[in-house]
Amino acid sequence: MDLATIVQILESTLRLATPLLFTCLAGLFSERAGIFDIGLEGKLLVAAFFSAAFAFYTGSAWLGLLAGIAASVVFALIHGFASITFRGNQLISGVAINFLAAGMTVVVAQSLFHQGGRTPPLSGNARFERIDLPFADALRDVPVIGPLYSNVLSGNSVLVYLGLLAVPLTWWVLYRTRFGLRLRAVGENPAAVDTAGVSVVRMRYYAVIIAGVLCGIGGAYLSTSLAAGFVKDMSAGRGYIALAALIFAKWRPWQSLVAVLLFGMLEAIANRWPNLDLGLITLPNQFMAALPYILTVVILAGFVGKAIPPRAGGEPYVKER
Amino acid sequence: MPKWADVLLVPLFSLVIAFAISALVILAIGEDPIRAMELMVTGSLGSTYGWGYTLYYTTNFLLTGLAVSIAFQAKLFNIGGEGQALIGGLGVALVCLFVPWPNWWTAMIGAILASAVFGALWAAIPAYLQARRGSHIVITTIMFNFIAASVLNYMLSHVLRPPASMDPATARFASELRLPRLADVLEPFGIAFSRSGPANVMLFVALAFCVLAYVMMSRTKLGFEIRAFGQSEPAAHYAGISAFRIIMIAMLISGALSGVMAVNSVMGGPQRLVMNAVEGAGFIGIAVALMGRSHPIGIIAPALLFGFLFQGGSELAIETTIPREMIVIIQALVIMFTGALDNLVRQPLEAMFALGRRKS
Repeated sequence: MDLATIVQILESTLRLATPLLFTCLAGLFSERAGIFDIGLEGKLLVAAFFSAAFAFYTGSAWLGLLAGIAASVVFALIHGFASITFRGNQLISGVAINFLAAGMTVVVAQSLFHQGGRTPPLSGNARFERIDLPFADALRDVPVIGPLYSNVLSGNSVLVYLGLLAVPLTWWVLYRTRFGLRLRAVGENPAAVDTAGVSVVRMRYYAVIIAGVLCGIGGAYLSTSLAAGFVKDMSAGRGYIALAALIFAKWRPWQSLVAVLLFGMLEAIANRWPNLDLGLITLPNQFMAALPYILTVVILAGFVGKAIPPRAGGEPYVKER
Repeated sequence: MPKWADVLLVPLFSLVIAFAISALVILAIGEDPIRAMELMVTGSLGSTYGWGYTLYYTTNFLLTGLAVSIAFQAKLFNIGGEGQALIGGLGVALVCLFVPWPNWWTAMIGAILASAVFGALWAAIPAYLQARRGSHIVITTIMFNFIAASVLNYMLSHVLRPPASMDPATARFASELRLPRLADVLEPFGIAFSRSGPANVMLFVALAFCVLAYVMMSRTKLGFEIRAFGQSEPAAHYAGISAFRIIMIAMLISGALSGVMAVNSVMGGPQRLVMNAVEGAGFIGIAVALMGRSHPIGIIAPALLFGFLFQGGSELAIETTIPREMIVIIQALVIMFTGALDNLVRQPLEAMFALGRRKS
């Protein structure tokens, strides 16, 4: 394996990890506030569709992004309405959201575009352009660092950089601000937050809305950067892989970045070598596809460090009377 | 609120809301909801051809709905029905392809046993991890759905695919193993029934399982223990009921029932194992169980309802521009209103009943 191949793999790792990263951070905010979010997949899907549809009509990827965020936030609010206001079962609500997205996107796409549940292909400004980082050309010929900087890090969609920025930002918000402290506290011990005079309901709604915004960006990236348009079921389980990454990262921001890069790399390797020949054994691509899920089960089983979710996760908060 | 209102009115109101929203969606995309409903009814219930498909889907949903219900009774949310059914399908294919069965009914019994064992084993790992290591069963069963899809994909494209064939599917089973369809069953009684619908004897097996499950849940010690555990884990613990045992047994039964669903959709359907043999029935089981309040007899009506929606939805896709995914929206709304937004429907109803009581 030569450097060019490694650079190629790393390049596609970063691209494939980006939607996972946004979705994983979305889950991080929601679950840290005590709201389980099985519905990441659905929010990602609905955002991918609305971004592509609006980008197609307006010819602007940025307007598409806003539409995707709006759609995803609406779905997030449905989840909040069911699980915070009406204290329903958060898992069931998430399952419902995923099906609602899977059905809604195809029905609306079919009625708008009549192309079997897809949007027309996007081109030009309807997609996010690749941006070159400064000195990308100048550094290209430097050994090792050159290709890594110029090919892997530079020349990505602006959303990739936004995703990479979102990680330290998430860390800072969660661990260095009053808002973050309260948000983590409603996920661990909502009664204490309530006693301190902070509204648990409002905090949880904030968390759910932030999750909606982040899923929205992830979905927009899927259909307007990674691909050129929406196709039916294009999220293809990424919401669940992000959920897996979140558990893998034990609900922490920097570790989320590591987890999504790992899972992104697995996907990149599976795409590059459908059947991976390791000398002794050949791994079929089905094994590579299943690996993120297998790893997550192993982590969940607690054989490699225990993954402990936020303590109040999944519990609707009822004020004592 | 009286019990009958809780069992009947709450699901019924949820259904009405779900249908009303679906009608709005149909209006919004420029179609006529009333004509859509007419097409669905005639397409699924208007002929024995339609019934042949409706009851075929109903059989799937009876088994997956029952599977989710039994787990719900023990307060376990088994989202893994889809994966358990896929692996159950593998069991069906293996015994149908490699065992020389003398006739259809021995093969059916063999396939039921094999699919039950395969499905139960697939549920056993998440169950064990929940019972012993505290891993959240919802997450592990979701993960196992994806792993199951990969396992099946591998088996179909590398191991079980006939050498000459290109598509990932097994060879067709021997024709003697074809399950008798409703037309064959009803013929001796002089009832004419369409031969094309795939509904078959598994419908009666599924209904028998519902009755058996009812007897088990309400008349046996095990059923009582499962329900007690589901109602209150600490109380069950003080009564000497082992949490490990109940979680394992409830999930094994649940997985086995999901697995058996594949007998209908593989042996009774295309007569070979294909990639999408389950067609989301594992997930529809969630909606069915929620509507039927996890009661083994109560799920029969919702299973029929979803059978009707599934077949009606296909007819709708043929006759109008409304795609098949419309029923996924209805399914989502039913899950949302009967499962998560239960309180939205229940609170006004409770208030109404309280008001009525005060007046009288």
